[in-house]
Amino acid sequence: MTTRLHPLLIVLTALVYVFLLGPLIIIFGASVSDTTFLAFPPQGLTLHWFENIWEISAFRRTIVTSFQVALLGTAFALLIGIPAAYALNRHRIQLPAWLSTLFVLPILVPEIVIGFSLLRSVNVGLDVPVFTTLLIGHTLLVTPYAIRVISASLASFDFSIEEAAISLGSHPVKTFFTIVLPNVRSGVVAAFILAFITSINDVSVSLFLTGPGISTLPIQILAHVEQFFDPTIASVSVLLMVLTIIVMIIVERTLGLTVIAK
Amino acid sequence: MKRFAGWMLSSPATLAVSLFLIIPVAATISATFTSSDGVFAPYTDFFSSGFQRTVLWRTFEVAAYTTIISLVVGLLTAYVVSRCPHWVKSILIILAVFPLLTGVVVRSFAWLIILGRNGILNNSLEWLGLIERPLALLYTQTSVVVAMIYIFVPLMILVLVGVLENIPEDLLDAASSLGASPTRTFVQVVLPLAVPGLIVGAVLVFTASFTSYATPHLLGGTRQMMMGTFLHQRAMVTFDWVSASTVAAIMVAVIVTTVLVMTRIARRLNPMAT
Repeated sequence: MTTRLHPLLIVLTALVYVFLLGPLIIIFGASVSDTTFLAFPPQGLTLHWFENIWEISAFRRTIVTSFQVALLGTAFALLIGIPAAYALNRHRIQLPAWLSTLFVLPILVPEIVIGFSLLRSVNVGLDVPVFTTLLIGHTLLVTPYAIRVISASLASFDFSIEEAAISLGSHPVKTFFTIVLPNVRSGVVAAFILAFITSINDVSVSLFLTGPGISTLPIQILAHVEQFFDPTIASVSVLLMVLTIIVMIIVERTLGLTVIAK
Repeated sequence: MKRFAGWMLSSPATLAVSLFLIIPVAATISATFTSSDGVFAPYTDFFSSGFQRTVLWRTFEVAAYTTIISLVVGLLTAYVVSRCPHWVKSILIILAVFPLLTGVVVRSFAWLIILGRNGILNNSLEWLGLIERPLALLYTQTSVVVAMIYIFVPLMILVLVGVLENIPEDLLDAASSLGASPTRTFVQVVLPLAVPGLIVGAVLVFTASFTSYATPHLLGGTRQMMMGTFLHQRAMVTFDWVSASTVAAIMVAVIVTTVLVMTRIARRLNPMAT
C-alpha cells in the first residue's frame, strides 16, 4: 500500500456507506415497531407485523406466485440459455456477431416497454392467460443473465477435453452432460441465483401482467403502500432482505461474490 | 449436420427473443404509425401537450442529475475501495452488493419512511427545533432524485471498482515519484484510465433511471409523473393504448440513441483503442 488516501476521501466513503446501509437498517427497525404507523426508532417491540403478512391473503398468494414465476422462469431461461451459451462459445465461427446482441435485447429494451408489449400482443392479442404471459416475461427478462454468466464460465473451459471424450467414442450429447456441464456447474449455480433474484424483485415487467388473483409480491407491495402506511411493508421488506442475504451466502460459498460485481 | 449445430442449439433462445420481444415491441411501435389521424398524429399529440413535454423533460432532468451525481459519488468511493487492503475491499464490495440485490421496491420504500410527513427527517428537524411543522418532502423532484441516486450508487461503485482495480499500482507510484500530488495523479492518471468504466456506468444508470417505474411511482406519485409512470397511467388508468405506445416508442428511441452515441464516444475516448 504505497498510495496514501486523503483523509477526506475516507470520510466521504464512510458517509457513502452510511447512506447505502442506513435506510435498510431503518426498515429493520420499523418492522418491529409496536405502532400502527411506520416509526423509527421503533416504539415498543413486536413481531405482530410479520404475522400480519400471513394474515393478509393477498400477500400469501403473491408470495407463492412470485416464487412459482421466479423458479419456473429461471428454469426455462437455463433450458434455452445453456445451449445458446454453449453454441456461442463452441460454434462461434458459425454464428453471426449480431446473435449475442440479440440475446442482450431483454436488458437493453426498457423492461416497462417489454411488459406493456407482452400485455398488448401476447396476453390480449393472442389471448394467452395472464400467468403464462407473466412466465414468458420473466423467462425473457432473466435469459440474458443465464447466457452471460454461463458464457463466462464456458469461456475458461478447455474444449479439447470434450473433443478427447468424443474422439474416444463418447456420444456428443452424453459428453455434454458428463464432461462439459459438470465443469461449468458453478456458473450454472450463479446464473440460477442471479436470474432468480432478478425475477423475484422485478416490477416493470410484472406491472402490466396482473389479473384476477394473479400478481407478484413487488406489485402487491406497491398496491398495499397506496392504501396502508403500516409496518407490514417493512416486515415484508425484511423477509426479502433475508432472502437476499441467503442468496449472497450461497453465491459466496459457490463462486465468491465478485461474480456479481462483474 | 455439424455445420448447423450452433444454429440449432441457439435457436430456442433466438426464437424466444424474436417471438416474445422483437415482434411484440415492434407491434407496439408500429401501432403509433397507423393512427387514422395521420402517420405522425400520436407524436404531434404528444409534443403539442405542455403536460406531456414536461413529463419527458422531467424524466431527462431526473435521469441526468441521477447519472452525474452517481458518477461523482461512485468514482470517489470506488477509488477508495480499490486502494483498500484486500480484506477491507472484500467487505466494502459485499456491502455494495447487498443493496444492489435488494429489490428496487424495498429500497424506494425506505425513503418513504425517511421523507414522509412523520418520517425520520421531519421528526428529527422538529425535535431539533429547526422547523415548526413537517415539510412536504415527498412527491418532489428532489425526493425522486435522492432515491434514484440511492438506488444506482451501488451499481456505479461495482462497475468502477472493476475498472480501477486494473490500474497498476506502479503507475500511481511512478506519478507520485515524479512529483505529482495525489490530486494531480488522480486527475491525470486515474481519471483518463477510468473513462471506459465511467461511460459504461453512465449508460447503465441513465437508461435505467430514464425508464424506471417503482421509484418515481413511490416517491414522485402523480405530481412528479415520469415516462415510466406516465406509460402505466396511460395504459392501465385511462386505457389509451395508442398514447401509451407512443410513450413506449419515445423511450425506446431515447435509449437506443443514448447507447449508440455513448458507444461512439467510448470508442473515441478509449486510450487503448487503435
